[in-house]
Amino acid sequence: MLQAGEWAYSETLKEHFMNPKNILQGENTDDFDGVGMEGNLQCGDQMMVVIKVDKEKDIITDCQWKTYGCASAIASTSVLSEMVKGRTIEAAFNISPKEVAQELGGLPDNKIHCSVLGDKALRAAINNYYTRTGQEDKVKQEQVKIVCQCMNITDHDIEDAVLEGARTYLELQERTKCGTVCGQCKEESEALLEKYKHIHFGA
Amino acid sequence: MADMKVYFDHNATTPLHPEVKKEMIASMEMFGNPSSMHAFGREARANVEHARQQVADFIGAKEQEIVFVGSGSEANNTVLSLFVCASSQCSPCSKRNTIITTKIEHPCVLETAECLVHRGATVKYLDVDRYGKIDLDQLASLLNDNVGLVSVMMANNEIGTIQDIATITRMVHENGAYMHTDAVQAVGKLPVDVRTLGVDFLTMSAHKIYGPKGVGALFVKQGIPYCPLIRGGHQEHGRRAGTENTLGILGLAKAVEMRAIEMPAEEERLLHLKQVLQQGIESSIDHISINGHPTDSLTGTLNVSFEGVEGESILLYLDLEGIAVSTGSACASGSLDPSHVLLATGVDAEFAHGSIRFSMGRDTTLQEVEYLLDVLPRTIQKIRNMSTAYIKGGLHAASR
Repeated sequence: MLQAGEWAYSETLKEHFMNPKNILQGENTDDFDGVGMEGNLQCGDQMMVVIKVDKEKDIITDCQWKTYGCASAIASTSVLSEMVKGRTIEAAFNISPKEVAQELGGLPDNKIHCSVLGDKALRAAINNYYTRTGQEDKVKQEQVKIVCQCMNITDHDIEDAVLEGARTYLELQERTKCGTVCGQCKEESEALLEKYKHIHFGA
Repeated sequence: MADMKVYFDHNATTPLHPEVKKEMIASMEMFGNPSSMHAFGREARANVEHARQQVADFIGAKEQEIVFVGSGSEANNTVLSLFVCASSQCSPCSKRNTIITTKIEHPCVLETAECLVHRGATVKYLDVDRYGKIDLDQLASLLNDNVGLVSVMMANNEIGTIQDIATITRMVHENGAYMHTDAVQAVGKLPVDVRTLGVDFLTMSAHKIYGPKGVGALFVKQGIPYCPLIRGGHQEHGRRAGTENTLGILGLAKAVEMRAIEMPAEEERLLHLKQVLQQGIESSIDHISINGHPTDSLTGTLNVSFEGVEGESILLYLDLEGIAVSTGSACASGSLDPSHVLLATGVDAEFAHGSIRFSMGRDTTLQEVEYLLDVLPRTIQKIRNMSTAYIKGGLHAASR
């Protein structure tokens, strides 16, 4: 329950929104080793993440960003930019939207969509770094496939939900919220549901 | 920093007028059911009927033409639902099952219309121009023998644009259809007289004009076919079942009484404040655009799009400074689409995501407008500093 005068967001989120960390000043990205951009202005959210890399140790030493987005987008990318510093590229690449949301003290369901662009832009920046440094072989495609774009539900999330007991589309929606906004992913989600039921339970 | 609390969201709802509050508190102990024959009931009945007379007088209607309802949404649902009744008992409605409305109506009209399509109605939506005005030629081309009802909002809640309801009504009547206007944002803000307008149905609400929430009124012209949405009681002459919200109704009546006194002088003052606000924004912030009609618009409503910034972040940064506004951004609505009203006016989606509505009212002061003008430019600058919208040339290079 929301108390009187309380935000719909956690205190951590509010703090990162009020004082966002690591915003890229100006437009110049020449000093950075990787640049990633995701989303577009027409859809109401766009994100740019830039990174500096210690090439000997493959560690991210700096991460800055800019966004056209709402409070959740601003706060989640602010948190993400703090989380990745000092991590190896590999570890940074594998940070999930879920971890970012946890670090923020949770996000309202209808805001999860807004918070994922930061991760996507970070992965784009890492791939851009690999390309620039002649390591094309390391460029990774999205390892997980996002099935529900609105709620950012991946095939892995659907598999997890099946493992946790979802057997029908409604149960899947209850657990993951997939398909609860625009509903366009229903067919694909149902197919994955059947697939994972078959794989794990022979059903 | 947030010591100052300023409210620029009067189109969402308004604070109770002190006189309304006084009236309602004084009536708190009047608990009788207006339908009861004993003294308790008779007292409540007398008060409700007095209120009905006041509301009727305020919009130039007869007392028996006023139906008290629970909200503007209920009134709009009631009117639209009249026109797809398939019952042979229900006079002219079934034969003409096309409804014409506009693309900029409140969701309670648009969603009801959508639902009526599943019940056999045909619904056509009028376009609007860049200022939010409907095209009368398009209306003329759509009017035919199948059209039973035309529903056009009088003043738009988001951009404030006012339609010429009297002219629209004449066209609709010449075609033999009925005319409804959702006047929730108009009644109490500009002169509204149902005879001058000529409408058959008109919706109004208390909480937009310093009355309580949960009460509104539907004007139904005498002799017009009618069918209740809520059945099971003889209240409101069988037009709306449910024990009357006596306190709310008295609050509504007091609210219109106060509007009649205060509205005439307020219009000029609000227009001045709007000009100060608009000029202040135009002179201190670049790359903006004003949405809505330059003259045929609610005096207290100003809708502005800020390039390169997303509306929800503006709203929340202003909230931290004690300023309450609303936005047409998708993010604030919980859906993924920005304001349907702005999109209908042809505003680019990016500009719709970056729109803010400032709506002022009787309690808004020049000092508050100045405070807003002090905070707003630096808020926009702060967000633009972190915005990707101004990265030139880097976009394609960055994405691959």
